[in-house]
Amino acid sequence: MSDLLKNIIRFALFVLLQVFVLAKVPPLHRFIVPYLYFLFILWLPFKMPRPGIMLLSFLLGLSLDMFMKTPGLHAAACTLIGYLRPFIIGILMPKEATEISYAEPSITSMGFLPYVVYILVLTFIHHAYLVLLEWIQFGSFWYFLGKVFATTVISILLILITEMLFQRKGRYRTNVA
Amino acid sequence: MRNIFLFIARYSNLLFFLLLQVLSLSMLFRYNKFHQAAYMNVANEFTGRVFTRYNNIETYFSLRQENEKLRQQNADLLNRMNTNFSAPDSSVQEVSDSLQVQGMEPYRKYLFLPAKVISNSVSEQNNYITLHRGSNQGVGVNMAVVGPAGVIGKVVDVSPNMSVVMSLLHRKNSVVALLKKGSGYGEVIWDGKDPRFVNLVNIPRTVKVEKGDTVVTSPYSDIFPQGHVVGFVQEVNDEKSSSMYNIRLRTATDFFSVQHAFVVKNLQKAEMDSLAKKIKRD
Repeated sequence: MSDLLKNIIRFALFVLLQVFVLAKVPPLHRFIVPYLYFLFILWLPFKMPRPGIMLLSFLLGLSLDMFMKTPGLHAAACTLIGYLRPFIIGILMPKEATEISYAEPSITSMGFLPYVVYILVLTFIHHAYLVLLEWIQFGSFWYFLGKVFATTVISILLILITEMLFQRKGRYRTNVA
Repeated sequence: MRNIFLFIARYSNLLFFLLLQVLSLSMLFRYNKFHQAAYMNVANEFTGRVFTRYNNIETYFSLRQENEKLRQQNADLLNRMNTNFSAPDSSVQEVSDSLQVQGMEPYRKYLFLPAKVISNSVSEQNNYITLHRGSNQGVGVNMAVVGPAGVIGKVVDVSPNMSVVMSLLHRKNSVVALLKKGSGYGEVIWDGKDPRFVNLVNIPRTVKVEKGDTVVTSPYSDIFPQGHVVGFVQEVNDEKSSSMYNIRLRTATDFFSVQHAFVVKNLQKAEMDSLAKKIKRD
């Protein structure tokens, strides 16, 4: 399957999963909101140009916002991690290894520890910015702190489960392809 | 000039990022302020259609509870019929005349329009409900929405066939309410903690409040019809330092499983508004 088609399907699946499954989960506590949709951005190919990543992140956030009736909230957070993603990858990985060998970030292409750090940092940034925007409108500092940490933990768990369920083949890029 | 182009080329990513940020943040803060954005109307129609599909399946799972609620409401209405009352004294005459209702029609203040709930959320800090009924079917912004059990919220955005309702579970929501048996006026707000409970504030401590008391909408609201149940007193926080109670209410509407709603149109609102505007101008 081509990268384009694969990512189009992923885009739709992640938005639908977030809106019709994760958002319907009965809330245990107000801090615990399961977010998974932004994994789409983390899974985009290495080779994608940076404006493309940002534009796709923005569109992903915006389509979720349409369903959640919070225009701009998720879009802002997604654009931020879309912008920061290349920097994080640049820090975590030597440049040649990523751009030549593998198509997209995964445990096999980055190694377990760098991949976990990559996920952790971007998840944290995404949630922190999202809750910060909520905090500006209402809430207290403890609300901010509690929600950021609780949602980050939940998201990390969900991402790990997703990684285990759908083991993406780390496609090795040969010179021919 | 050349330097400007070089600057743009050098920082194109950053500039593009900032542009998208400004775009999304302006959308966010504009929507919260005016609750209206052209983009959301388009979104309403599209997401509304997706929600309708989903809802067609989802409704089957709660048909039993929903039937129970509607049956209760039916029983409540049947109990109000004149034929249910008979006085031993024959000088008390009971009149049940359809002509009376017909004759009253020009004086109607509230019109109830049935609507189906197609999407609902309880887990956010600002929760919205989408109804499958829009401006083509007579829904307008700032109309009250009540359900079989009690108050649900108020309409904040409409598109031709859908409307978005700010539910009681919204940070900016505020409904004027009073204790059914007493006279204390207060305001119902939500603290964002638990979707089963809302808070009633500004009830003076001179009023006697007990657990289980009913709280209803006040007659002074210009959008909510009088006497619709908001909730029941669950807990009274009696702070000695304050002159007001902070009361915790269990919502009458179960927001986890809301399926049917009525949009309440105040037919006299235009006249009231124009009068109020006239006073303000003078």
